[in-house]
Amino acid sequence: MASIGKIARRTFLFGMAAVAGGVAVGYYYYRRPYPNPLEGELAEGEVTFNPYLKIGSDNTITVIAPRAEMGQGISTTLAAFVAEELDVTLDRLKVEHGLPSYAYYNAAMLEEGAGFNFWDDSFTAETVRGLMGAAGKMLGLQATGGSTAARDGFDRMRQAGAAARIMLIEAAAARFDVPARDLTTDNGTIVHKASNRSVTYGEVALDASKLAPPSKVTLKEKTDWKLLGKPQKRVDMLAKVTGAPIFGIDVRQPDMLFGTVRMSPVFGAKPVRSDTSAASKMPGVVKIVPIESSYGSGFGVIADNTWAAFKAAEAIDVEWGKPDYPLSNDDIMARIADAARTGEASAMRDDGDVDVAFADAPQDRVIEAEYSVPYLSHAPMEPMNCTARLKDGVLDVWAPNQMPVLVRWFCSDIAGVPGDKTNVHTTSMGGAFGRRGELDYALYATILAKETDGRPVQVTWTREEDMRRGPFRPASVGKFRARIGNDGLPVAVDMRVAAQNMMASLMSRTFTSLPAGGSDPSITDGSRNQPYTIPNYRVSEIQVPDLPIPVTFWRSVGNSVNGYFHECFMDEIAQAGGIDPVEMRRKLMANHPAALAVVNKVAEMSGWGDSLPEGKAKGFAFTLSFGSWCGQVIQIADTPAGIKLEKMWIAVEVGTALDPGIIETQMTSGAVYGLSAAMGQAITFEDGRVVQSNFHDFDAMRIFQAPEFEVAILENFHRMGGAGEVGVPPAAPALANALFALKGQRFRSLPLSKDVTFA
Amino acid sequence: MRLTVDGKDIEFDAEPDMPLLWALRDLAGKTGPKFGCGVAACGACTVVIDGQAVRSCSLPVGDVTGAVTTIEGLATDGKLHPVQQAWLDEQVAQCGYCQAGQIMSAYALLEEISDPTDEDIDNAMGGNLCRCGTYPRIRTAIKKAASLKLARA
Ligand code: FES
Ligand code: FES
Repeated sequence: MASIGKIARRTFLFGMAAVAGGVAVGYYYYRRPYPNPLEGELAEGEVTFNPYLKIGSDNTITVIAPRAEMGQGISTTLAAFVAEELDVTLDRLKVEHGLPSYAYYNAAMLEEGAGFNFWDDSFTAETVRGLMGAAGKMLGLQATGGSTAARDGFDRMRQAGAAARIMLIEAAAARFDVPARDLTTDNGTIVHKASNRSVTYGEVALDASKLAPPSKVTLKEKTDWKLLGKPQKRVDMLAKVTGAPIFGIDVRQPDMLFGTVRMSPVFGAKPVRSDTSAASKMPGVVKIVPIESSYGSGFGVIADNTWAAFKAAEAIDVEWGKPDYPLSNDDIMARIADAARTGEASAMRDDGDVDVAFADAPQDRVIEAEYSVPYLSHAPMEPMNCTARLKDGVLDVWAPNQMPVLVRWFCSDIAGVPGDKTNVHTTSMGGAFGRRGELDYALYATILAKETDGRPVQVTWTREEDMRRGPFRPASVGKFRARIGNDGLPVAVDMRVAAQNMMASLMSRTFTSLPAGGSDPSITDGSRNQPYTIPNYRVSEIQVPDLPIPVTFWRSVGNSVNGYFHECFMDEIAQAGGIDPVEMRRKLMANHPAALAVVNKVAEMSGWGDSLPEGKAKGFAFTLSFGSWCGQVIQIADTPAGIKLEKMWIAVEVGTALDPGIIETQMTSGAVYGLSAAMGQAITFEDGRVVQSNFHDFDAMRIFQAPEFEVAILENFHRMGGAGEVGVPPAAPALANALFALKGQRFRSLPLSKDVTFA
Repeated sequence: MRLTVDGKDIEFDAEPDMPLLWALRDLAGKTGPKFGCGVAACGACTVVIDGQAVRSCSLPVGDVTGAVTTIEGLATDGKLHPVQQAWLDEQVAQCGYCQAGQIMSAYALLEEISDPTDEDIDNAMGGNLCRCGTYPRIRTAIKKAASLKLARA
């Protein structure tokens, strides 16, 4: 991994230097354009205008949507950016993902990581946001995550479409010998009305591509949009209703072998004794090879078909090393709880003087609570898989992945071929939720591809492997107290949140040579950065040391934990102060009109405050995450079969709604994902190993449990927010608060199924 | 071993204990049915045999007696089946991975009950997990498919 360590150190240091060293150094690098990766792969008669657009002489228009499609509809929205300015409809386009390239860096993802509150427009915040964006370009992070993809592509891809349209018009003007201003465009055709002549984009594409790109393009005003701002048909819907082979697991290559892995169930352990001889002799088995990687140790099985590989993997006789961490779930959770209670804390938000505010607080005005959430698996529908072929010094990796540039770095390193001899083909993903930002599936497939004499091998994990090996959403414990004022509002809130350092965990699997110290803002994400004004308000991060359970990003990351902590505790504060929880939010969020509008909207939609029949109740929660402000109200009913989720109302402020249809489905999708976890999901441990193994003991919401949904999308705020993760964080606290309203009992630990039966 | 899949006879070499799913995917080139759990807990692998929705991951290929219909055989003469058309119209799929199974379960449901109630839908579709949470649109699409089917009949 030495070479990767070096590349990483250089690029990371560049990024940091830009931030630390000021604009002068960073600026040149930021402006230097990357080469257009499409130049090298054009088909006959095809030309390219920029990294986002190819046009063929037959007028086939191909847009590159360089973010991973995992169900969030991003390929449709990104294609619409180019199409809007190019003046074509979406059904005229072909959409491709594109090869990994530095040209497709994700600036918004790093901007979000800069650590400023989303509403903070101050000079420093803006400057650092800009510089972090520049660092993204240097890092060449073609990443998909953090609900950033649409925001990131918004300007760049519209400009790409607009610039190409100008060039096409100029080429047509030269051909017709008329001024460019007399020409109009209409869905892929350029028209000269006066002479009734027209020409397709494809017919002038070659000429146009030779012209210099315009130095300045003017983008359409929002009011002139034809596609954006309106629900579009998803570009991949037909493929998905006909069973087309679009997923990683559907990759078929000539002469392909199949395989699977069996990795250590004990984190960090190796096999201490093993015998693969019987397994190797099973029908259909080609070879069993050991796997050693930064992700873990174990075995890879290569076979004629996946089933044979699964059976042989199970038949491997192996004894694994012992855990060097607490064995039982109780002991692991106790480690985290101890940290929350007594660990060294660093304040991530510190308004007023919390210690003083509590020092003279009358006992009966102070409330305290401890909350906890478990580890979680992502459990995307498509289990981890990857197909690789190492032949004639060229590595091909077909991977459903969120990080193509990193996949290329690491896999080329393992295969011992240069990066430019490594092709990463990013397929559609059967869900990802953060899991496919990891690299293990790709590393293992590459390791097996070294053993097959040039034959491709598709490596599919069993659901059991997928669920048990992690990396997981970190478990977390929060210890909170509040002082209630005479008006019932909180005078002081003090939140201590403890979890493993996710960044350090990630680094231990990837950039092992890089130091991974420092704060992990995700531990308090969703608590420290909420639009509440409380005079004394402290949110502290506590890192849990020496717990080697692999943890990573899970849909909405820290917000999935802190949304629950913060919003349930706010509900407790409202109760203690004798104020309606929604009314209390109106008061505490008065300084943030965007938040207030969301609270009012969802309250109005849901008839908050209307009296309900016996046995029914509502709960409210709000989280600002990924730049979008989301309020949810859920109504539940006590039935003989258990608690039934009747209806959820969601109001979300997104700044600009690029595709309201997709935003709506992302809100309900996020809510279902969050409710699924809140109701019944937990990864627990016994003997240092994960207990759960499949959907029978790690289930998710089913159709008969799903509430009805009503979604309102608001566009008041001046900055655009994300959609893919935003619906998750408020779902668990809304439900827990509704349960309190129904039963008068607090549920401070997830999953709720420990205490409640759901219908 | 011989099987009729989507109206065609296919031959392949499989151990009889191999689940139908893997025979279809790895041996018969039918990647429409998906692998999700392998233990009949998610429905991603659903195919239809003799009008019944079946979890192909848990049915040994040696035990298959009837003709198998997968998502790939649902459209006829280049025309989408009403269930697929409804899925397209209602823009149901997100990641899409569960949808082959969802559509096959819905297809079997509508073959049996032409105008299903919400409760019928709950019963027939409860075995099909969707991690993207497309349930509200699945429900709408099934009702739409029922009326499309009626109109075509
Ligand atoms: S793969 Fe057959 S039910 Fe899940
Ligand atoms: S659409 Fe993704 S799992 Fe159902």
